[in-house]
Amino acid sequence: MTAGTEPTTTQRPAIERPEIHDTGLLRQSLTIVRRNLIHIKRMPEMLLDVTIQPVMFVLLFAFVFGGSIAVQGSAEGYREWLLAGIMGQTIAFASFIVAVGLTSDIDKGIVDRMRSLPINPAAVLVGRSISSLMHSSIGIVIMSLTGLLIGWRIRDGILEAALAYLLLLLWGFAMIWLGILVGSSMRSVEAVNGLMFATMFPITFLANTFAPAENMPTALRAVAEWNPLSSLVQAVRELWGNTPPVGSDAALPLQHPVLSTIIWTVGLTAILAPLALRAFQRRTAT
Amino acid sequence: MTSTPAIEAENLVKHFGDKVAVDGVSFSVPQGTVLGLLGPNGAGKTTTVRMMTTLTRPTSGTARVAGHDVVVDPKGVRRSMGLTGQAATVDELLTGRENLRLIGGLYGLSPSYLKRAGDDLLERFSLTDAADRVVKTYSGGMRRRLDLAVSLVAIPPVLFLDEPTTGLDPRSRVELWDVLRGLVREGTTLLLTTQYLEEADQLADNIVVIDRGKVIERGTALELKNRSGQAAVVVTVSNGGDLPRAEALLREVVDEVHVDEGARQLTAPADGLRAMTRIAGIFDDSDIELDDLGLKRPSLDDVFLRLTGHRAEDTTETDEEVVL
Repeated sequence: MTAGTEPTTTQRPAIERPEIHDTGLLRQSLTIVRRNLIHIKRMPEMLLDVTIQPVMFVLLFAFVFGGSIAVQGSAEGYREWLLAGIMGQTIAFASFIVAVGLTSDIDKGIVDRMRSLPINPAAVLVGRSISSLMHSSIGIVIMSLTGLLIGWRIRDGILEAALAYLLLLLWGFAMIWLGILVGSSMRSVEAVNGLMFATMFPITFLANTFAPAENMPTALRAVAEWNPLSSLVQAVRELWGNTPPVGSDAALPLQHPVLSTIIWTVGLTAILAPLALRAFQRRTAT
Repeated sequence: MTSTPAIEAENLVKHFGDKVAVDGVSFSVPQGTVLGLLGPNGAGKTTTVRMMTTLTRPTSGTARVAGHDVVVDPKGVRRSMGLTGQAATVDELLTGRENLRLIGGLYGLSPSYLKRAGDDLLERFSLTDAADRVVKTYSGGMRRRLDLAVSLVAIPPVLFLDEPTTGLDPRSRVELWDVLRGLVREGTTLLLTTQYLEEADQLADNIVVIDRGKVIERGTALELKNRSGQAAVVVTVSNGGDLPRAEALLREVVDEVHVDEGARQLTAPADGLRAMTRIAGIFDDSDIELDDLGLKRPSLDDVFLRLTGHRAEDTTETDEEVVL
């Protein structure tokens, strides 16, 4: 380290150059998380997508469609069956939250500012991911409470229920990479919004999220049953005791929903993570 | 006794695909001085700064900041410099103080230091009253000052400023210049890019002019101006009728006189102040009344025009800066 030459005249007693400490990836990421949480405090409407919106979906679907959609084997009928579907959709939208936040930070030069600091370069992404998962988790909690109000119950053991929540988080983790990929590839928050609405909405509906797949036309049913999101939703429903296992005519992933959810998330992460990191690198390091 | 330069660029080259953004730029900045990197939009200024601040890797060549190589030891570089980018990169939803705390926290500075340094920086940049307000409510000038304060929180010996006053009104610009002069007085080494010739003239000890990725001229502001052509004496007479007599008088001491009847002005190449004093004496002895008598040196704008064939500020944006 080269010491600067002492200035001959000093205007004020200058503060001495401080010691710079490498606090490590975790603390650096948490510092960034704290900043993102301040954002939510300043703009609580950022939470609309995991509060009012899913609650509205729960209520709309439960009461508007609920009467006309028959599901078998669920103690409280469609309302109870529905809840895991909306949770699945909400956690899939975690990608959305990551993408919007990342694009906005890149756009405003915040990412460049952080990359010019002596920190672990991964802290920017890890911090963004942790806060997005926290963001989605708020949605999961709020929807569980809404579910309790309209008759949804956990009807199996605590361990199974916990595993269901864990699978949701695991799914959220895979979605983070999708978010980083989209966020690094799009040039504006508006573009992210447009792309995500145009793709994520149909994908989350083309599944067993809101209506049973077995009633769909054959081709559509195959698509819906192979939709990775369907495995997650089926797994969560079974673990919560909200639905019996699928019949033998259902697609293979749904026969073993927990296992296939794990395979799907690992597989998606393995494909998306390198693509996402490359896109982020290309976007920021030029 | 020689000390290592605070900043050295060694044949920096950057390609984007088959486009050459920076094409062999070298310079060195002694400690405690200011280098102005001057050039039109798209000249490669920003890319050069991004390479020197480890934001992008050089295609070839390298740079050292406070002795640390940007390719070999990027972390060492990041520990020794602060960067203020083209747009004010402060967080709009945080207060001024929270912005300082965020970046200070990432540097791993102790909370007690951060408190002291934060208060000190906020005061120095006249932001004490606004410290606990959300940045969204700040004016452009305040954002820039906060941006600079944030870059200084770890008191880096080297500071990179990419077009620090772009978009500022003239008053804020002059205020920022004062702040920058203060930093240099305290020993900070400054590299600033600008397309404003006046800014380079005001602040920079040395100027490097780049265009299309190449260094096309370097020197102090005065050297650049001198190289760009001779100074001239400009005489403005009060009555247009005196022009022929004034011309005759001038021709006794200089070879070449240009007459501009509309402006009632005579222009003659001159070596400098001595020539002007002599000419002043001649007119003092005559009965010709003068409105004005002055020495005109080429401006940096003239320098720029001579070097690049176009003026500094009215060039069209090329896609390089847009991509960035």
